[in-house]
Amino acid sequence: MTETSSHEPAALALENVGKRFGSVIALSDVSMSVPKNRVTCVLGDNGAGKSTLIKILSGVHTPSDGQMYVNGEPTTFSSPREALDMGIATVFQDLATVPLMAVWRNFYLGNEPTRGFWPFKGLRAKYAKESCKAELANMGIDIRDTEQPVGTLSGGERQAVSIARAVHFGANVLILDEPTSALGVKQSGVVLKHIRNAADAGISVVFITHNPHHAYLVGDNFYLLNRGQMMAEYTKDNVSREELVKAMAGGAELEALAHELGAKG
Amino acid sequence: MSTATAVDERVNKASPLTRIMRRPEIGALMGALVVYIFFSVADQTGTFFSLDGTARWTDVASTYGIIAVAVALLMIGGEFDLSSGVMIGSSGLFAGLLMTEYSIGVWPSIFLTFLFAAAIGFTNGWLVVTTGLPSFIVTLAMFFSLRGINLGVTKLLTDTVRVAGIAELPDGSPRPGYESAKAVFASDFSAYSFRIAVVWWLALTVVATLVLTRTRFGNWIFAVGGDSNAARNVGVPVRRTKIMLFMYVSMSSCLVGIISLMRLKSMQAGQGVTQEFIFIIAAVVGGCLLTGGYGSAIGGTIGAAIIGMAFIGIAYAQWNTDWTWLFLGLILFVAVLTNSLIRRRFQGARK
Repeated sequence: MTETSSHEPAALALENVGKRFGSVIALSDVSMSVPKNRVTCVLGDNGAGKSTLIKILSGVHTPSDGQMYVNGEPTTFSSPREALDMGIATVFQDLATVPLMAVWRNFYLGNEPTRGFWPFKGLRAKYAKESCKAELANMGIDIRDTEQPVGTLSGGERQAVSIARAVHFGANVLILDEPTSALGVKQSGVVLKHIRNAADAGISVVFITHNPHHAYLVGDNFYLLNRGQMMAEYTKDNVSREELVKAMAGGAELEALAHELGAKG
Repeated sequence: MSTATAVDERVNKASPLTRIMRRPEIGALMGALVVYIFFSVADQTGTFFSLDGTARWTDVASTYGIIAVAVALLMIGGEFDLSSGVMIGSSGLFAGLLMTEYSIGVWPSIFLTFLFAAAIGFTNGWLVVTTGLPSFIVTLAMFFSLRGINLGVTKLLTDTVRVAGIAELPDGSPRPGYESAKAVFASDFSAYSFRIAVVWWLALTVVATLVLTRTRFGNWIFAVGGDSNAARNVGVPVRRTKIMLFMYVSMSSCLVGIISLMRLKSMQAGQGVTQEFIFIIAAVVGGCLLTGGYGSAIGGTIGAAIIGMAFIGIAYAQWNTDWTWLFLGLILFVAVLTNSLIRRRFQGARK
């Protein structure tokens, strides 16, 4: 393992973290670190424990065992709000936007710009609408009309809005839960570009996916999760795309399958 | 729009008409006009259209509207409250018993009653967010519990099913503080005897509308009703928002309870029961979605106005008032049907 030898602490790190739900062991003994300004990919198939991992990182669940570190400091989150306050923003697969609400209301949800004093504290609606459109345009996201409900956007646009929102509100760490899983090829490309842009802008990105091709395109470090355990760890220099795909798919099994299918075809 | 961003060529230019038709309460507003014209024509006494008649139906609408606006906000927040009707009786009785049985002053009693209502609303909300049970069930249980307590406690303390003698002390002299409380909650004004409850109703509609559309709390109400998971994930305090809404509903029921107590100078143990559905009808007619996340406060007010016009209009048309409920049933169905048609036609939104 070629650890980047900076003495800078990792933006986010887990040490021997486990999570149990009753008798179900969702994660056990998972350690990982998210270096600053890098894209760290977590790869895993269905049921590997990706969702549990993401919920621990984002503060939805607290781990049953082990310790989490933010910038080297031991930290425990009891709600997503606390994680947000420390600059850890998460874009959940499907649960990041409210479909019936306008784009601008979604963009500022939880971070609404206000003015005045309680109880006369008002929402700066006009400013929010204008700045939302400008912010999205800055990030290369072209929304037709910020008054339209988010439910009318395409899946890619919705992901883009969520990512733009997280970046706009000063996230240091951006956690993305399968942002490309429901998208077409071109839309996936757009989202991957936003991921790379975010990392280049100085944000540490955790990119959770089951697609090794997407991961390899943008990732710097790769973790392989299977059956609740961390199986392997790679960096971009010591792994090729083929190796990554193979490791992800269970290596030998896939080769056997290819042979079998090839023989028939 | 800002000067920097030109209008996108992919946006179909929305005509002013389409913009208006996109409002959630538009169906109710057109319905209200139809009902108003209908009863003005059907009127046999010639008073419905007059200021006297207007004072009558706005009076009925006001006590429904105060609570319907709160229920509309709660429904936008994705929850129900079936205990909103019985709370009218509970608060009236609570205040009345404090005054008559425990000799507490009128204003302190009213203050304590609002605290009591806030506690009931908090209990509703806390139980809903903690147990995760549907609010329909939790508040139905609260409804029956309060209904039992109202009867039980009133009988226990007064040996009757009502609390009376609010205006006078037992020795017949006027109760101190009653006149000033009556002025705030139950006075008439103008020659046409418009009631002050109408002012409360309209003022609360304005406040609720501002809160809903122009504050961050309003943004949170839409969010917790639209998708509470997404709201929690972006840092909205979902539990607190829902509990606050339940407290607002029970405190608005409390306001109506105090208004009734001051008007009638007494309170029946069964007061308010069966009204809970009227508030829900008003909110739904006003364009609130039963599934939450969509609606407006002014919609609840328009819904209440329709119901007020129906109650009074049927009497002025000199029909048997038994038909009122049939009328309300039809209004509810037609209004919801029109709302959903309008939404599909003008929103152009995938749902």
